[in-house]
Amino acid sequence: MSLADASTTRTRVVETGLLWGLVFLVAGLSLLPIGRLVFEGLAPGGQLSTSSLGKVLASPTTWTATANSLVTAIAGTVLAVLLGGTVALVTSLTDIRARNAFTFCFVLPLMIAPQVTALAWLQLFGPSSTLLKLIGMAPALGSRNPLYSREGIILLLGLQYAPLVFLTLRAGLRALPKELIEAGLAAGASPLTVLRTVVLPLMTPPLIAGIALCFVSSLGNFGIPAFLGIPGNFLVLPTLIYQRLAGLGPGVLSEVAILSLLIGVIAMAGILVQDFMLRRRDFRITTTSSAARPFELGRWRTPVEILLWTVAILILALPFLGLITTSLIPAFGVPLNARTATLANYAYVLFEHAAAKRAFVNSFVMSATAAIVIVLICVPLAYFIVWKKSRLLRLLNMAAELPYAMPGVVLAIAAILLFLKPLPLLGFSLYNTIWIIVFAYLARFLVLGLRPIVSGYLQLDRTLEEAAQIAGAGLVRRLVTIIFPLVAPAAVAGALLIFLTAFNELTVSALLWTSGTETLGVVVFSFEQGGDSTYASALAAVTVVVTIGLMLSTLLFASKLPQGVLPWRD
Amino acid sequence: MARLKIDRARKYFGSYTALDDVSLDVEDGEFIAVLGASGCGKTTLLRQIAGFDKLDGGQITIGDRLLSSSERHVPPEHRKIGIVFQSYALWPHMNVAENVAYGLTVAGVRDPERARRVAAALDLVGLTGFAERRPGLLSGGQRQRVALARCLVTEPSLVLLDEPLANLDVHLRASMEEEFSRFHERTGTTMVYITHDQAEAMALADRIAVMDRGRLLQLATPSLLYREPANATVAGFIGDGMILPARLLSKPEAGRCKVEVLGVEAVMRCRPDQPAAGHAQICLRARDFAIVQENEGIAARVDRLSYQGGFFRMEVRPVASSETVLHLDAPEPAPAGPGDIIGLRISDGWVIPEPDRAA
Repeated sequence: MSLADASTTRTRVVETGLLWGLVFLVAGLSLLPIGRLVFEGLAPGGQLSTSSLGKVLASPTTWTATANSLVTAIAGTVLAVLLGGTVALVTSLTDIRARNAFTFCFVLPLMIAPQVTALAWLQLFGPSSTLLKLIGMAPALGSRNPLYSREGIILLLGLQYAPLVFLTLRAGLRALPKELIEAGLAAGASPLTVLRTVVLPLMTPPLIAGIALCFVSSLGNFGIPAFLGIPGNFLVLPTLIYQRLAGLGPGVLSEVAILSLLIGVIAMAGILVQDFMLRRRDFRITTTSSAARPFELGRWRTPVEILLWTVAILILALPFLGLITTSLIPAFGVPLNARTATLANYAYVLFEHAAAKRAFVNSFVMSATAAIVIVLICVPLAYFIVWKKSRLLRLLNMAAELPYAMPGVVLAIAAILLFLKPLPLLGFSLYNTIWIIVFAYLARFLVLGLRPIVSGYLQLDRTLEEAAQIAGAGLVRRLVTIIFPLVAPAAVAGALLIFLTAFNELTVSALLWTSGTETLGVVVFSFEQGGDSTYASALAAVTVVVTIGLMLSTLLFASKLPQGVLPWRD
Repeated sequence: MARLKIDRARKYFGSYTALDDVSLDVEDGEFIAVLGASGCGKTTLLRQIAGFDKLDGGQITIGDRLLSSSERHVPPEHRKIGIVFQSYALWPHMNVAENVAYGLTVAGVRDPERARRVAAALDLVGLTGFAERRPGLLSGGQRQRVALARCLVTEPSLVLLDEPLANLDVHLRASMEEEFSRFHERTGTTMVYITHDQAEAMALADRIAVMDRGRLLQLATPSLLYREPANATVAGFIGDGMILPARLLSKPEAGRCKVEVLGVEAVMRCRPDQPAAGHAQICLRARDFAIVQENEGIAARVDRLSYQGGFFRMEVRPVASSETVLHLDAPEPAPAGPGDIIGLRISDGWVIPEPDRAA
């Protein structure tokens, strides 16, 4: 009928306009870069050709790096599963005390940049270890730091991503109805039998999800193999791409595009295997009820607690201590004592070194921009996904996962391909500006904001919005005056998650930075590559303090958040 | 001008028919209750009137303004109606006054006019002095009143109430019922009240629309609904009616006819156009039975007694058809115990005009 009220028409125009705006935005951030990369792989430089492909596939370096990537990612995942899985079972199913504090500490490595973890562990071992010197146990000069090796990379990948397995498994255990455990116990099974025959089989989905997540993250990790592998010329795919691009410039873009597609394919294979394994059996849990009553450890409780905290101290406090001790000495190799201890390194990186000072501003501004813009996108986006049940946006919701599921170098290369040439119509190029990094952050971390905001919506009573609608408020007004205040806690949590991740990242910016657009990750990396471990340590220590401070600040409003939004909160 | 007219409204969820040709005319200023068990389509109907869902067929108009049809859909924000939600839906980040003022702000009403109307609305629901409170600090009844004030402050031509008392405890319900009724008298607003509670509907409404499985079964005043249910479903649902097969014996005379039921003859109320012969169904209420001597009337065996305070509810089975269960009220002390045989006389009843669809 053509005689619709003018106001009705206006409402429809606003809603449709907003919906399509979001569709284009999300497609532009997810499908466009990945599509551009695939296009480059098929048609390098715009022409269908297999010469680049042949060149890359014929190179033995490609296959060495692929093999290295697979070995470190798989072995790192196994280690992470053993550690994270055990800890998740113990903390979720038994009556240990101080669970919240332990969760916070155990999840902390996940929030600390991988390159900082690598740097910290490097300071722990090796002939120049300030900490080992302090206790007189440093190996002889000239001996090799044992971490500069494949095993070193595997160890650190395992420690870095054990929290991922811990978190997915823990979420699964929390959803496990207590009746299932109690039924097993009532049937006469011992707690260990119940664990083996009931709990673990039902935990297959979260476990497999955790394994897949862990594998993909290990595969795409750049910081750890960059710090531990490059010095010993042990290359994995992300570091190979970095070296090619850093050494030869954008001329080899087609080749690195193919390399990054190779990582992308391996990552996708990992995700598909996960899908396949979960489809084979029925893991559905029929009842929902409160969490299981913890198993009593009895006289084993204190020893188990001691063991857990020892693990936490070993993987958290010790490396950080290594980092701190190195940051306090005047020059690498000088022993730390009351006479040599100095804060000069901190003063240097905070106040003197131009690039480091710039990096603070850059990282802060870019991370904050990404966090704010993503929240502004995700609040209306989640509205359409959750409440309007827009099928189009549900598909795009999956698309939004893509840039995050893909290793960071893949997205970085895609961004270079997109923005190397000047933008059509506008005539200027984003390449070598901070905007290319901001774009990559937006694309990569969109889903980090979307997930908590979607769960925020799921927790809301929709009648709150409907009441505003009946009161005459249009969509934009409802979003601003009703919905945004109500999802604000989830939005803030999402924004913080994005900020922390972007603030600590290196993978994307290592490939996209230029003089003037350094990020903190890049500067730490440059210091370490230039042999300035003391500056690198000081700067890394500062980022760790900022990270932990922001994480702790979230505990102030944590009670208002849906469960599971903040990984470090139980 | 505020006449709400729902004309053959249809709504499907997949293959499920949630609204099946529902037609309903609500007069200006009328208080209509939509009554039905959960899943009967009453909430779907409310959401159609409010405009939260789109109609698959038929149309909804208020006055001469077409709001919903399969081609046209005025969004809820332009319908100028009010809703009191079952969950109250008060915005937790605003205080009471801000909640109430919201609709006025949206409509462009500014202080001091806005403040004056908010104060008047709060006064009307007896919440003067609560303006600065957060909804979280109010009791259930107070929240309900805020929701009412919020919905009425913009003076909507039509107010929808979605099970507004369902979340309140029993003694609060009675006082809120009174409040709604007083309210309706004072404002003269057209109200559509969704409920599953027939006592509530009976107490409040001018007319009641009974719904079942997406269909409107009967629309009538509470008294007519109780006394003259249109079909077996309504008869069974309202007032705990017993439905029994009967044979018609005479043509209606002054609204009554003779029937044979449970082997005895009885006089029932009926429609003037009721056929004079054939099979029919009748609706009996507990109070239509009188207990008489064992050898008079219908012989029935007492199954069980349950004490209701002052009287007993007695379940009995006629000796001649022991699968039929009847219930009646017996005064205290109980005239008979379980296993005893009593006699029953039927003093009144209603011949159901529409044959049972299921039969």
